[in-house]
Amino acid sequence: MPSPQKSYSGSEDYLPHRSGPAIKAGRRVFSGFDSLPGDRCLEIYKIMVRARAVEERTLKMSKSGEGIFWVGGPGEEAFNVCLGLQVQKGCGPAFDYLHLHYRNLGIMLAMGMSMADHIRQMAMTATDRHSRGRNFVCHYAMPEWNVIPVTSVIAVQYVMAPGTALMQKRHGGNGVSVVLGGDAGSSEGDFSSCMVWSTRPGNELPVLMIVTNNGFGISTSTKTQHSERNISDRGEAFGIPGEVVDGNDPVATWFALERAFEHCRTTRRPFLLEAMVSRLHGHSSSSGAARVHNETDCMRDFERRLIQEGVIHRELAELVWHDAREEADAAVEQVMSEPMPTPDDVDRFTYAPSPVDAVYPEDYTGLPR
Amino acid sequence: MATLVQAVRLALHYGEEHLGVTDVFGEDVGPPLGGVFTATQGLKTAWNTPLDERGIVGTAMGIAYAGGRPVFEIQFCDYAFNVIDLLKVAGNQRWGSAGAYPMPIVMMTPTGAGIRGSMYHSHSYESWASRLPGWKIVMPSDALDAYGLMLSAIIDPNPVMVLLPKALLRVRGDKLIPGEPDDPAELSKRIDAPLGDRSKWVPDWPAVEKYLIPFGVGELVREGQTATVISYGRTLPLCVQAADELKAQGFSFDVIDLRSIFPYDWQMISRSVLRTGRVAIVNEDTEVTNFGEHLLRRITEEHFYDLLVRPRLVQGRHVPGIGLNPIYESNSVPQLDQIRDALRTLATDPA
Ligand SMILES: Cc1ncc(C[n+]2csc(CCOP(=O)(O)OP(=O)(O)O)c2C)c(N)n1
Repeated sequence: MPSPQKSYSGSEDYLPHRSGPAIKAGRRVFSGFDSLPGDRCLEIYKIMVRARAVEERTLKMSKSGEGIFWVGGPGEEAFNVCLGLQVQKGCGPAFDYLHLHYRNLGIMLAMGMSMADHIRQMAMTATDRHSRGRNFVCHYAMPEWNVIPVTSVIAVQYVMAPGTALMQKRHGGNGVSVVLGGDAGSSEGDFSSCMVWSTRPGNELPVLMIVTNNGFGISTSTKTQHSERNISDRGEAFGIPGEVVDGNDPVATWFALERAFEHCRTTRRPFLLEAMVSRLHGHSSSSGAARVHNETDCMRDFERRLIQEGVIHRELAELVWHDAREEADAAVEQVMSEPMPTPDDVDRFTYAPSPVDAVYPEDYTGLPR
Repeated sequence: MATLVQAVRLALHYGEEHLGVTDVFGEDVGPPLGGVFTATQGLKTAWNTPLDERGIVGTAMGIAYAGGRPVFEIQFCDYAFNVIDLLKVAGNQRWGSAGAYPMPIVMMTPTGAGIRGSMYHSHSYESWASRLPGWKIVMPSDALDAYGLMLSAIIDPNPVMVLLPKALLRVRGDKLIPGEPDDPAELSKRIDAPLGDRSKWVPDWPAVEKYLIPFGVGELVREGQTATVISYGRTLPLCVQAADELKAQGFSFDVIDLRSIFPYDWQMISRSVLRTGRVAIVNEDTEVTNFGEHLLRRITEEHFYDLLVRPRLVQGRHVPGIGLNPIYESNSVPQLDQIRDALRTLATDPA
């Protein structure tokens, strides 16, 4: 049996190796008039499974003491994976910028991040490439893919996106600044700021504003606080086209994202996409993170559809799950053997080296001496 | 000699030409006004923003993430309270991302009282700012320092806040900026936008040169034996004047212009206190809780046995605002008389 890491690195050759020519690549999966080919669906499905498997494993870490706090996106995999697969990945203004929040593991896995790089943050290791064990899980930061550091402060990403988008517009090309947050967070002024700043007359910006609407901010139902029909309607006053999509349906989501990206890439103007998603483990570990059963599970839904359409069969689905769980377990095992930060790490990376600082030419070293 | 605000403008011009400044922006910062205090007149990268301080800070961060070098103005520091969480985020981006993302942004904002600004144009900001780890905070008290500190702020790849004392913005310096014309009238003619229609106006920039004041280096503006006075911003020239006046009574003072609030020049403070054993800190921020208290705490802890008399902090009163009637201002933030009295008491306090 190939090692877990290996078996999914090249998704195309997975099936023939593992279970013969089960894929009916010619089949298409439909959502209304839109349809995706079977091999694309399979690609999405496998990443979704990996995302769910690593979320569940990470959640377990918060209960087992291997980690402390859990927050994440079970229920948002369909949307996140479709988004991650459509990102123009790279560093600098020629590529897309990602201003994410804390439920976007699926985006990162779809872009090619390893499970271990997610788990390291959960395990707070010194090898955590996003924050060296400083930030909560799902708070990624990856300059080589333009992933702007995720911060816990709700909605502040919406005021940063116009800045990266401005640089992209100036640079030329078709890079987009994707900014994403929850429904409750759209109440913050920063959300409105983003609409104002990305539609300054003559200076419109390629900002793809996304709201993943799970209906709640922690415990508060958004319906009890908001009267707008759809959050995406708010763009209308600014001339920002918008759309609401069922984020639990990867096929519908795929095309909604394609339209949204296309609009931003070609017109160099903003778009506001609202995706209706589920929150399958509550808000976070601080609210218990118990599995919720009265919301749609995009994962199981899609799996059922793929089996119904004959794109995969049940045995294969089980194999995909098995391998994903093994991959997650192996990643946890690997990560738990890695070094932790030390007291010497506390000050590190406060300041970048500066030629004009007489006290801190290299980095912060405690109070001025 | 340039005024402090002209010096800022010259520094931003130098920054645009030689240090890679990509954007100078804020409310009314671009043409036609060039800033409510004129700090940004005629700059080629200056642009106007929506009236949205949070948008200004966030956009600056975005520009910096994407490789730009932004300088933004918050029109008055009195309107920088609604961005304090964003400033916090800007200060922790590098630390939080374990070095992945530097945050080379410069914020400039007029601070303090002294222009009869009433409740919302008189706040001080340095004590708030000093609680933003990851930032560097400076406050010049004259034109040449403003120029040198602004150039350093632009060069430094970390977030730097340049607090500009409102009361001193139009005060002319007594030292020439390298490359500045000798005649202030000529300078004004070349770089101050005309009144009325400015649509055709372009500045005729003098070829100002690089001049840096490093962070963490104070200036000993007066040397003396009796006591040490540490100040910055609006109250600095008042301390100098008080010290000069008290010479006649036989007292002489080390007057330190801190210039950098953080990092501050501990060596200069420490050396002076060790020598005089008497110290007063003077600023105009409110007294609960005042940045000067931090300095006092260190001085007390590290120089307890070197102090001859109790140290002092002359500061603004803990009141909700500064009222418009001058009676309010003169009784809530330090004025010359009060500073002079404080220095005299410090000098005569029996050891
Ligand atoms: C500015 C701010 N206020 C409050 C919080 C505490 N908080 C964390 S998540 C959250 C709810 C966010 O809801 P929503 O934006 O809908 O996103 P979701 O978690 O549902 O994906 C709150 C109130 C915070 N992190 N930041």
